[in-house]
Amino acid sequence: MSRAEADAVAGTGTPVPGKSAPAAPETGAPEAPGPAAGPASASDSGPRPVRLAWTLGLFRSELSITFRRWRTLALLAVLAAVPVLVGIAVKIETSDGGSIGGGGPDGGGGPAFIAQVTNNGLFLVFTALAATLPFFLPMAIGVVAGDAIAGEASAGTLRYLLVAPAGRTRLLLAKYATTLTFCLVATLVVAVSALAVGALLFPLGEVTTISGTRIGFGDGLLRALLIALVVAASLIGVAALGLFVSTLTSSGIAAMATTVGLLITVQIIDQIPQLHAVHPYLFSHYWLSFADLMRDPIYWDDLVKNLGLQALYAGVFGSAAWARFGAKDIAT
Amino acid sequence: MPSTKGGATGSVIETFGLTKRYGRHLAVDRLDLTVPRGSVFGFLGPNGSGKTTTIRMLMGLIEPTSGRAKVLGRPMPFQARRVLPQVGALIEGPALYGFLSGRDNLLRYDSADPTADPRTRRARAEAALDRVGLTAAAAKKAKAYSLGMKQRLGLAAALLQPRALLVLDEPTNGLDPQGMREIRSLVRELASEGTTVFLSSHLLDEIEQVCTHAAVMTQGRLITQGPVAELAAGARGRLTVTTPDTGDAARVLKELGVADLVVTEDRVTGEPPGADLADVNAALVEAGVRVRGFGVERASLEDAFVALTGEGFDVAG
Repeated sequence: MSRAEADAVAGTGTPVPGKSAPAAPETGAPEAPGPAAGPASASDSGPRPVRLAWTLGLFRSELSITFRRWRTLALLAVLAAVPVLVGIAVKIETSDGGSIGGGGPDGGGGPAFIAQVTNNGLFLVFTALAATLPFFLPMAIGVVAGDAIAGEASAGTLRYLLVAPAGRTRLLLAKYATTLTFCLVATLVVAVSALAVGALLFPLGEVTTISGTRIGFGDGLLRALLIALVVAASLIGVAALGLFVSTLTSSGIAAMATTVGLLITVQIIDQIPQLHAVHPYLFSHYWLSFADLMRDPIYWDDLVKNLGLQALYAGVFGSAAWARFGAKDIAT
Repeated sequence: MPSTKGGATGSVIETFGLTKRYGRHLAVDRLDLTVPRGSVFGFLGPNGSGKTTTIRMLMGLIEPTSGRAKVLGRPMPFQARRVLPQVGALIEGPALYGFLSGRDNLLRYDSADPTADPRTRRARAEAALDRVGLTAAAAKKAKAYSLGMKQRLGLAAALLQPRALLVLDEPTNGLDPQGMREIRSLVRELASEGTTVFLSSHLLDEIEQVCTHAAVMTQGRLITQGPVAELAAGARGRLTVTTPDTGDAARVLKELGVADLVVTEDRVTGEPPGADLADVNAALVEAGVRVRGFGVERASLEDAFVALTGEGFDVAG
């Protein structure tokens, strides 16, 4: 990173004495601009100190801005609608007393766990997450991550954030943290919506695991939460990739489209058997391993591989984004 | 530690051979700029002459190809985190979040500054809105703002804190004459409080009205810089005689050694002679020339500019 930010979080700035008068001690709150600010305040004010707690203001501001955009709310609404549609479809399909699919968790024509939904509404959570994880969830993340830097650049607001000065590293971190927060919120929206619809349309009760053992409803609920967290963590890689793409262009739309395009390409490559050599390195390859959390005992191998792969993507593309953004000329 | 004492050198901005090259095009060519502390500094040049590129380099937004820049005595962009909290900037027009209100836009930009106290954030935003006359429209969404209102809001963002330096790139763009006057008086007010104002413009009269110092750029090069009075003095004023008897007047003036005579309908102009102007006037009257007006027209910055560049004030190719 060429823009050295070595003294970025230095506790106190060195006071710069004015030409004639010594700098006023940096105690009280900064004066408000206005008539109250005397002639001396502007010329003799030394650098104000950076406070660690104040640097979090940017992250809070990012969060509030992201979740106030109607686009974000629309994405969340679409995600919340998926379990509703799946739940209603299953209800209609089974209203004649028949059952859906062939039986096994991955059997039948639908997403994982769909066959169990009629017996236990909690399974709608797993079904909905299995249905949204391949495309809806990562697409939503791609939109938010792709827009993160490029959207600010195309609106021109990026230059004002940087002269504020937000600091390039800090801005990037705030953007990534916000995207990860969105991953979690998006996943929880799907899970909570599914739980509500499941409880409304189907009975709740003891849960039968894939291994055939039975666990209590409370334990099942805990597993559902764990699965939601793992699904959210599965999106870390896409988020880093999207953020990197976002630093490459000054067009928000182009960054979003590229990220979603990459997502689709990776999913297609993952389906081509001849390319199995690269499959273990595709960020989506172990996504559906979250189902292993429903085994008893839990089968960790693929889960760990998934989380490791996400960490790798975050490291590689996070660093690439940092290197790229740190040296980028902001000409918009 | 001379590097930390901007005040000691008396200059707020200093550049040394600052250069920015885009491919084969030199946007800024070995710029040596010095902006004295406390000045209202006019940065003048046609569109495309490299003003905005220079400002972006000073603000750490783009990296110079070569050369150095110091702002408030510290090297940029390396000490951006120390320098920029003391700098308010309006760069190439305002940029706002359309879905946020004017007030929320200010809160957003203020929270990006890690040296800004969140406890005083709202009060400072209100004061800045008040200062640019936007209090009444503060709750309105920024996308509903007119260009002039957006410009004012951009200015308010630059005024969220007491600043040592204000960098205003074309601040009166999109404003009506009344708005322009308000901005000019705001600039004077800020300057009187001790803020150095660096003002870029392609409007000569704007610079002439508010600036104490000026620099002129064309095609990426700095042509001149210094106090406005000196720059204007560089181009000499012209003696102007308004009279119906232009022929006689021209003859008399020529005898008195007035060079470069130009005769128009009811007016004779020329370079002022060495002799006392009172004697020149007396000579005209003695010769029976009916003088309606007599005096030396002060040279404008525009005259200075034309004299310097030998060209008009057009968009650079």
